[in-house]
This record gives sequence, structure tokens and C-alpha cells, in this order.
Amino acid sequence: MSEQSIVLQGVGVGRGAVWGPVATVRPAPEVPADEPVPADRAAAKEKVLDAFTLVAKGLRAQAQGASATVADVLKATAQMADDPALREQTGQRIDKGEPPMHALTAVVASFAEMFTAAGGYLAERVTDLNSVRDRVVARYQELPEPGVPPLPWPSIIVAPDLSPADTAALDLDKVLGIVIEQGGPTGHTAIIAGQLGLPCVVRATGASQLGDGDIVALDAAHGTVTLDPDDETRAAVETRRAGLAALAEATADGATADGHHIALLANIGTAEDAERLTDAAVEGVGLFRTEVLFLGATTAPTVEDQATVYTRALAALGGRKVVLRTLDAGADKPLAFVTQAGEENPALGVRGFRLVRHAEGLLRTQLEAIARAAKESGGTPWVMAPMIATVEEARQFSAMAREAGIETVGVMVEVPAAALRAKDILAEVDFVSLGTNDLAQYTMATDRLLGSLVDLLDAWQPALLDLVAATAAAGVETGKPVGVCGESAADPVMALLLTGLGVTSLSMSPSAVPAVRFALSQHSLETCRAIGEVARKAPTAAEARAAALTLVDPHVREVLALD
Amino acid sequence: MSQRTVVIASRVGLHARPASLFTQAVAASGASVTIGKPGQPAMDASSILMVMALGVGHGEEVVLASEDETVLDELVALLETDLDAE
Repeated sequence: MSEQSIVLQGVGVGRGAVWGPVATVRPAPEVPADEPVPADRAAAKEKVLDAFTLVAKGLRAQAQGASATVADVLKATAQMADDPALREQTGQRIDKGEPPMHALTAVVASFAEMFTAAGGYLAERVTDLNSVRDRVVARYQELPEPGVPPLPWPSIIVAPDLSPADTAALDLDKVLGIVIEQGGPTGHTAIIAGQLGLPCVVRATGASQLGDGDIVALDAAHGTVTLDPDDETRAAVETRRAGLAALAEATADGATADGHHIALLANIGTAEDAERLTDAAVEGVGLFRTEVLFLGATTAPTVEDQATVYTRALAALGGRKVVLRTLDAGADKPLAFVTQAGEENPALGVRGFRLVRHAEGLLRTQLEAIARAAKESGGTPWVMAPMIATVEEARQFSAMAREAGIETVGVMVEVPAAALRAKDILAEVDFVSLGTNDLAQYTMATDRLLGSLVDLLDAWQPALLDLVAATAAAGVETGKPVGVCGESAADPVMALLLTGLGVTSLSMSPSAVPAVRFALSQHSLETCRAIGEVARKAPTAAEARAAALTLVDPHVREVLALD
Repeated sequence: MSQRTVVIASRVGLHARPASLFTQAVAASGASVTIGKPGQPAMDASSILMVMALGVGHGEEVVLASEDETVLDELVALLETDLDAE
């Protein structure tokens, strides 16, 4: 990057990057408070009515080049600008001697008041009405119309903020990215940009100084906007853009560059989540958090209720693998009908599988429902219990599940005791799955809900890596699958390390899968093992990740913005 | 002046797309047409803002009035169709 480049810093949304010309969104024109009464009222009225017509024409012209949904919004707004009642009432007020723009503002305000009072769909149209008013005021003053201008070529939209109407009117074929000076990472614009997959930087201080036609490079991964980017910056942006586009298209099963298979799975909580995966490029579900069914319920759901939900989920995934976790209640997920009051340390109390000590029927009902769903859907669910600490617990769960007719039974490894004795536990069950979030909490004696201690919960903490490695090694030794279904599976660098340690499947939120798939495909199993070795030698979390990164392919680091 | 009473067939009521199609049909006819709820003041039926502000829901009645019988018949047929279904 050249030293002359001006770089604006903001908060990025997503990993994308793009460069191109700026198109600024023009602010709404002001109506002067001391607007005079025109000498020639008839001429003024004529001019306002012409402005209405021009606005409607302009919107219809813009609709012609736009996609169907955008065109509908624009045409509906054009119809408002053409509205006979709006024109007539404005004209009448001008005839009576009101200043033209005040007359228009008053008429629009009276409709807006009526619409707001009606609520619902009508209230939402107030934004469109105000947009018509702003456009007519601009035309009357012979200024360009406010809002997102018609884009003659693909551009990066720069604005103080975008209203919902502005974003609805964006012509996505011509929008490369969005930079706003206000807003926040969870605001409206950021959410829309995220859904549309547009690179976006919010809270970009100084963005208002950018002008139409300025060339900028937008890097959402780093939250930067670079004015007049040099060739090197442009090339880096192109690499990331092309790489991200390619990895979004990829649908192959997870595998290292040399073909070592790692199942890429999704974490879900409901049957609806499962149905969204029907066409997704994942090999199945690695964690179905069944407690969502129970949370908020005042009595335990029946076998029938549960079986219906599980059947839907299994059917949605076709023959793909689905790992169901039995009820994980207690601690931060209390249940009205089972959680016992008065526990001083609920995270260390009766939670997860431990509920079987006083509410065995709850687990038996759930296992029966899962077995029934397996029969009805023709699927073969894997079932695992959370919060297993001892071999006896694993043995007890395994017996209960097999009694109910479940074929593939496993347990979660999220208590250090289970990780240290993973080989003995694997002797009782068919597979284990590492819940790295809880494993971090119990290893580091740190409440996972405490934001102020987040550094202690870092997935790269050496002690945590040791426990993960011990569990993975037990899997390799016994030839049984060891999955990871915590947050750490979604970090592409961690995914490489886990693969190197011998983990056989990675389960994450579906949106994280493409980056992990790409990272795996660019490294051999041998490199993954080397990453595991160098990371585990490091004495601190930061050094462990830094050491791992040195072995990550530079192209992958560039595309995924890993640093 | 002739009048017709019609029940709105569109499921969303006389809003959004149905209101847009209806007012465009009125404007295209060139006739002067009013619309109102029974017993209430009549509005310009070519104004999308007025028609939407009437707030007529699905299954509610409106009264159309115009000098042009043919146009009235066409508009009645339009409102008796679920315009949102197309």
C-alpha cells in the first residue's frame, strides 16, 4: 500500500472486499423556513405540478433498468408522485397563497398522519410518501433528486446511512458494496448487506468526504476504505473477491488437498433449520440441539410431539447423517419442569445427562421419540448425551439408548475428566463429539457467559488444545469417530489443526462451512498435522494461533483475510 | 349518476397491489369515478393515496359512483377478483 493512500477505518460486515467508483447518496433538500409567496401563483403551481410529473417519469425510467422487486418499489412510488389527490390539494393551497413547498409539505404531512394512524402496511408507506416529497422539492429547486442515484455503472454506495426505502431501491446488479458513516454492525444496513452478501463497512469515519467517482477499495474483513488504492491493494482485493466467489460455489465434501475426508456438518436447533439445509452443501447435521423444543414449555413435550419434530428434521436431510443431542437443560438453560431450585453453581450442578438422576422418564421419552422418528423417516440418527464426566455415565446412557432401539450411540466430551479418559469412554460408545465451548469453560474455570473473561475462553488456550488432542488421539487409537461441534470448528485455521489432530468431522453454523471447506482443500493432511504440532508447542493461546498461521497457505490467508 | 356496491375480494383488502391496479384502471378509463364506504363521503377513485387511506379490508363493502355505466361494470368486476392472487 502506498503511503499517500487515505484509509478510513470503520467496522466491517462480512469478509468481502471490492474496489470501484463511489456513488454518493444525496441528502434530502431543505425547505427554507422563509420561503416566499410567489408573485405569480399560477406559474408556481404549474412548476410544482411539472415537478410531480418529472419525479414520476424519473422513477419509471429507473424502474425499467431495475430488477423485478426493485422495479415494483419504484413504480409504486411513481404512482404516488402522480396521484391526483396529492397534486390537487397541493395546487389548491398554492392558489390560496401558501408558499409552494410549504403547501406540498403540509399535504404530504396530512396523508402521512392518516397513514400512520392506520398503522400496519399504510404506516410503512409513509417513507415512500416522504421520499416523493423530497424528490419534488429537489426538482422544484432544480437540484438533483435525493436518495440513491441511478447507477450508470457498478459502484460502491457511500451514504451517512441508508433508510429501508433506500436499500429496497438498490439495484443489486450495480451495487458493489456499501459504506456508511453511521449505523452499527447490527443495524439495518449491515443486516441487509449481510443477507445480500455485499461487502459493507459501517461507522466509516470521514466517509462523507468521499465524492462521486472517487475510486476506493473496501475491505470488510479489516473494516477499511482506502481512497485511490494502488495496484497492490487492488490486486489483493481482486484475489479475495475471486476466491470468496469460488468458495461460495464449491459444494464438494470436506477433504484435505490430498483427499483425506473430513465431514462438514451443520449445527441446528429446530426442524425448520433442518429444512433450510435440504439444498445446502453440508454432509449432514453434527449437532441438533433438541432443548429448543423444551425451552419455554411448562410441561415436557410428549413422545408424539417430539417424534413429529425429529421426523421432519430427519426427512429434510434425506439419508444424510444427523447427530441428535439429548436434552441439555440446566445451568444457563433452565427448564420449568425439571430444573431444581437452589443450586449455587448451576453450571456445576444437575445439568445435561445428570438430569437422569431424578428425571429418568424425560430421557426415556426422548429416546423413544427419536427411535420412532428413525422408523418413520427411514433415517439412522446418531444420538449423544451431553455433560458426561465418567465411564459409568457413558455406559448408562449407551444402555438406555440401545434399549430404546438407537443404533449409533455417543457422548459429548465437554468435561475435562471425559477428555482425559476418552479411550475408556470410547470403549462404551460408538463415537464422541467435542463441545469446545463448555470444555473451555470447565478447563479454564471460567463462566462462558462472562464477557470480561473472554480471553480465558480462547479456543487456542494450550491446556484446551491438550484435552482436544487427547480426545482425538483416543479416537485414532480406537478407530472411532471424534467430531467437534463447538465454535472452534468454524475457525478455518482451527479446523486445519483439528484435522491434523485426527478429528473426523466438524460441525458449525452453515454460513461458516464454505470458508472451512476451502481452507481444508488447500492443505495436505501432513500440513494439518504440522500445524497441530507447532501450535501445541506454543506456551500461550496467542502464540499457538500465530504459529499455526505461519503454516497456512498465503493464498488462503489472503482470501479468508486470516491474520 | 349510477352507483354500485361491491364486496372486496382481494385477501389483503384494497391495499398495495390491488389498490394500485384499481386506481390505474380508473385513471385509464378517463371517466370520473368516486369510491367510498357506505354512508361515508366519496373519494376520487383514481387517487392511490385516497383509496389506500379508505382502509377497506377483505370482505368489506364499497360504493362506486360514476356517469359511465360501462366503466362501473368493469371496475365492479375488477374488485370482485382477488387481485393479489395473480
